[in-house]
Amino acid sequence: MAKQAETHRRSAVVLTVLTIVLLAAVLLATVLGPYPASVGEVMGAIVRRLSGTTAAMPLDTILFEIRLPRVLAALLVGAALATAGASYQTLFRNPLVSPDILGVSAGAGFGAVLGILLGLPVLAIQALGFAGGLATVLVVYALARALRSQNEVLVLVLAGIVVGALAGAGISLVKVLADPFNQLPAITFWLLGSLAGIKAGDVRVVLPLVIAGLVPLALLRWRIGVLSLGDDEAKALGVNVRLVRGVVIAAATLITATAVSVSGVIGWIGLVVPHMARLLVGSRYDRVLPASALMGGAFLVLIDTIARTAARIEIPLGLLTAILGAPVFVWLLARGRRLWS
Amino acid sequence: MLQARRLSIGYGARKVAVDIDLAVERGEVLCLLGPNGAGKTTLFKTMLGLVPALGGEVLLQDRPLAVLTRAEIARAIAYVPQAQVMEFAYTVLDLVLMGRTAHLGPFAAPGRIDHERAEAALSDLGILDLAHADANRTSGGQRQLCLVARALAQDAPLLVMDEPTASLDLGNRLLVLERVRALREKGYGIVFSTHDPDQARELATRVAVIAHGRLAAYGGPDETLTAETLSDVYGVPVRLERTESGRRVVVSARTNDNAGSD
Repeated sequence: MAKQAETHRRSAVVLTVLTIVLLAAVLLATVLGPYPASVGEVMGAIVRRLSGTTAAMPLDTILFEIRLPRVLAALLVGAALATAGASYQTLFRNPLVSPDILGVSAGAGFGAVLGILLGLPVLAIQALGFAGGLATVLVVYALARALRSQNEVLVLVLAGIVVGALAGAGISLVKVLADPFNQLPAITFWLLGSLAGIKAGDVRVVLPLVIAGLVPLALLRWRIGVLSLGDDEAKALGVNVRLVRGVVIAAATLITATAVSVSGVIGWIGLVVPHMARLLVGSRYDRVLPASALMGGAFLVLIDTIARTAARIEIPLGLLTAILGAPVFVWLLARGRRLWS
Repeated sequence: MLQARRLSIGYGARKVAVDIDLAVERGEVLCLLGPNGAGKTTLFKTMLGLVPALGGEVLLQDRPLAVLTRAEIARAIAYVPQAQVMEFAYTVLDLVLMGRTAHLGPFAAPGRIDHERAEAALSDLGILDLAHADANRTSGGQRQLCLVARALAQDAPLLVMDEPTASLDLGNRLLVLERVRALREKGYGIVFSTHDPDQARELATRVAVIAHGRLAAYGGPDETLTAETLSDVYGVPVRLERTESGRRVVVSARTNDNAGSD
């Protein structure tokens, strides 16, 4: 059918354009900064690096030690949050769900601020954040399984709210106990999200973890989409609901916890970007997933560029995503009721 | 093909009905009747393996449901739920493609053959022109037909329909019933539930009436849909009247005085 081929072609075109937008955003972010460089200079430095010619030029150091790792981290974190959001929205059949629905952000936040309170090194703070996020979702999942309800999804969400609220209380407790001159600003800054402290080594850890989460989501893309019809219908269509749901929760938790542990809590991306993706490619999860990854990556790369170049101080990312995300979301609500009704 | 043997249904410790024995084969239409809350939906869900049996067993081609995988069940039984508005805006074709899931490898998405099957199913039901419409924006009857198309795309010999005509207006109801009849003639086995005994009489080869926690009647439409059974089951006195075309319809036995007013 001609129309069918057209729909296919349209989503292929959209994904190609989004890929180009992402690459352009990365290039722009690499060029901009306190030590400006032209596109040609950046390309030259990359060619030098790839050909193995070591040149002790300041640009090379800035590019490969500071700027590029940060841009790549922004890309990975943005893509991670957006795909986790798209997955949870499909899984919970609710377009208003964000990646922290099962308490992963609150848990990771609690782990990280605890690390700051204890005066641990950065790497340990990140590890505690990661572990906190995973542990929280594990508790939520175990709790939901133990409660054995007919409505497994509802129990999951409620357990997520309860455990997330506990972790939030833990964060507040740590804030009260923290040294108000040293630790409290660090905690606040972390909770607002930032990529200022990213090092090349961070990217080498984040990249494999995010990929490890994205691969199962990409492989199971069709079955995950069928889950959006509800448990009974998905089962009757031949989907092993409990298995697929478990995989989605594990994968989305892995990538969210990874993102939050290096960047702090960055809201809005996981909520808004999947909506923008649906506007472009329709509601099918197998199309929303790649579109969300590309758009989330490009979005955070651009936001982070603003965060580090717009003012003399670093602007917290969570602040910028809220300022941009809230009006975008209102606009989506106003024009896109058809998206979910 | 699908058989319930001394089946007890319900949720958790609460039994809704016990000792249910029934069966459906290809080319048959088994119609399920019963008052609200008698357990029609629970029986459906149990026969689809969505709710565990509290006693007895459900056999699919002589094998207990409990030992089959979801995909094995889905290749034999297709479920047509009541059409509802969905959270996400899927096109009619996308929804019908989801019917192909049980035939796909675990990591696959629908390919060309699946698209052909989906389009053939839409075409069978006369709604191919809706393929690219937003399913949520079609009429209730079209959405119901879309779900029937999805069940056809599933390539299962047995269709289980949960009140396929509930909440449809007269035109849509007749449209859906006409398609159900055509499917029976094509050799599908069909189980459907309804609140309308006249509908059952018209379509069913066999009728099962669930009431008072058990199978109150089971057999051919004429032996089961009697005035006595219906009066007892629904708690309202009814009698059967013959229309000019010879069909029998259920009317209230209390309202004799209404007979002349319409």
